[in-house]
Amino acid sequence: MVALTAIAGLALITAFIFKEGLPFMMKVGAKDFLLSDEWRPKEAKFGIFPMIVGSLVVTAGAMVIGVVFGLGVAILLTQFCSPRLVSVLKPCIELLAGIPSVVYGFVGVVVLVPLIREHLGGPGLSVLAAAIVLGIMVLPTVISISVDALQAVPRPYYEGSIALGATEWQTTHMVTLRAARSGIVAAIILGMGRAIGETMAVMMVAGNAIALPRSPLDSVRTLTSTIALEMGYAAGDHRRALFATGVTLFVVIMILNSAALALSRRGARGARSR
Amino acid sequence: MRKLSPFVTSLLGMALAWFGGAGCGRSQENAVNVIGSTSILPFAEMLAEEFHRQNPGIRVKVQGGGSTHGLQAVTNGTAQVGMCSRSLTPEETGLTAVTIARDGIAIVVHPTNPLAGLTRGQIRGIFSGRLTNWKDVGGKDQAVRPITREEGSGTREAFTHLVMGKERIAANAITQESNGAVKELVKTDPGAIGFMSLGLVGTELKALAVDDVAASTAEVLSGKYPLVRPFLFVMKGKPGEPAQRLIDYVLSPAAQQLLEKEGLVRAQ
Repeated sequence: MVALTAIAGLALITAFIFKEGLPFMMKVGAKDFLLSDEWRPKEAKFGIFPMIVGSLVVTAGAMVIGVVFGLGVAILLTQFCSPRLVSVLKPCIELLAGIPSVVYGFVGVVVLVPLIREHLGGPGLSVLAAAIVLGIMVLPTVISISVDALQAVPRPYYEGSIALGATEWQTTHMVTLRAARSGIVAAIILGMGRAIGETMAVMMVAGNAIALPRSPLDSVRTLTSTIALEMGYAAGDHRRALFATGVTLFVVIMILNSAALALSRRGARGARSR
Repeated sequence: MRKLSPFVTSLLGMALAWFGGAGCGRSQENAVNVIGSTSILPFAEMLAEEFHRQNPGIRVKVQGGGSTHGLQAVTNGTAQVGMCSRSLTPEETGLTAVTIARDGIAIVVHPTNPLAGLTRGQIRGIFSGRLTNWKDVGGKDQAVRPITREEGSGTREAFTHLVMGKERIAANAITQESNGAVKELVKTDPGAIGFMSLGLVGTELKALAVDDVAASTAEVLSGKYPLVRPFLFVMKGKPGEPAQRLIDYVLSPAAQQLLEKEGLVRAQ
């Protein structure tokens, strides 16, 4: 019954968002809403293209950091670290997941933004700042799921490869990683879902300018920040436009999550059939 | 489903009762919710504290969110008093506004900025995105970074009305959600320019002269400083007794003196 309550809650939220947002999107025209780059609610212009690009660009940047460092740490932890080191590192990584996003945003504003402004130029509040902060936030997700995927690779693969004369590193990148591929892809996609849905930290460091970014040092606004910034006072069509933004976000995250599920299931099936 | 232990059941029961009781148990008649402008917020908090000291029976809760948010809160009953840092638009009917003070809008820049003042035309050019370098207005050769507020902000509305006129603020200006956030940003960025409540500028920023009139409370009082907007307390219909007492206190000479000491200009 508790599970039913959870499902009911999720269904209600989904139904509400779609009920408020979808009719508006149809009224304004989905193409205009998604592709126009003028967001001026006071003049009844609702185009979220710059925000879609903002969300995607910031997420892409975050994933570059998340994948490079996350996968690296996951490989280190499972293939090359002593169990004692793992028992110290793993709790530290899990601690990262527990830090509230507003704290990440605060540290970003106070430390990262001035650094970027002084050494790289631009306003400091930028795609780069948001990507770095989000990348760090996404690390625990990517690392823990990748570690699970790598640990699920059957031991005989490793032993067989070593027995055939491969070095540890060759075994890792030619055998183990390939075998854990679908799980790792799932980790990346889930990390992406987390990054695209993050609101507070991004709102504090991205600058919230409604413009297409031409360099990583430009300010951007994401879909989530738009909702957070304007929800407090939006009324009428403006409010419905924000719900429509929520619908867009919802659809993107659902696509990402379904892809993650499908890929990880395929991996499990493939491993079982061998 | 496994049966819950009696201990857990009683805990849950207590939690439910507490949450349910908390809503209806406390008397709501002596609470005044004041919601709205972040410009007025610090002053309202200060007044609320003084008011509570003199009227311990009445609780005043102050919250931000922006002027338009405050007006909506009053309209739908969440707040008894809305704080609004701009005049009401003709569409905002059914509300009574009381001017509690007047405040200047300061155009702030980093303390190292060599400029002493700008004309309204130059300010308009900068915020609309036409002028992109400080040297275009007589300053250093450095990119200008205009910082604006979110659209529901009373300060932004007043600024648009008093300075921008028909031109719109550039869509790619950096947006922040409160006076405090604008102040933090301008404080650390030498190329930034922003607008905020004059009463909140403090000593860490430089407030530029506008049309050759210095940005000070004296000039606002004399009427020469061009960027002045009213601080309003807005109510829907006839206010309840606690709210009325609050308004009376805020308009009293003692409270007005308190506001003046903090950098505002009195209502009349």
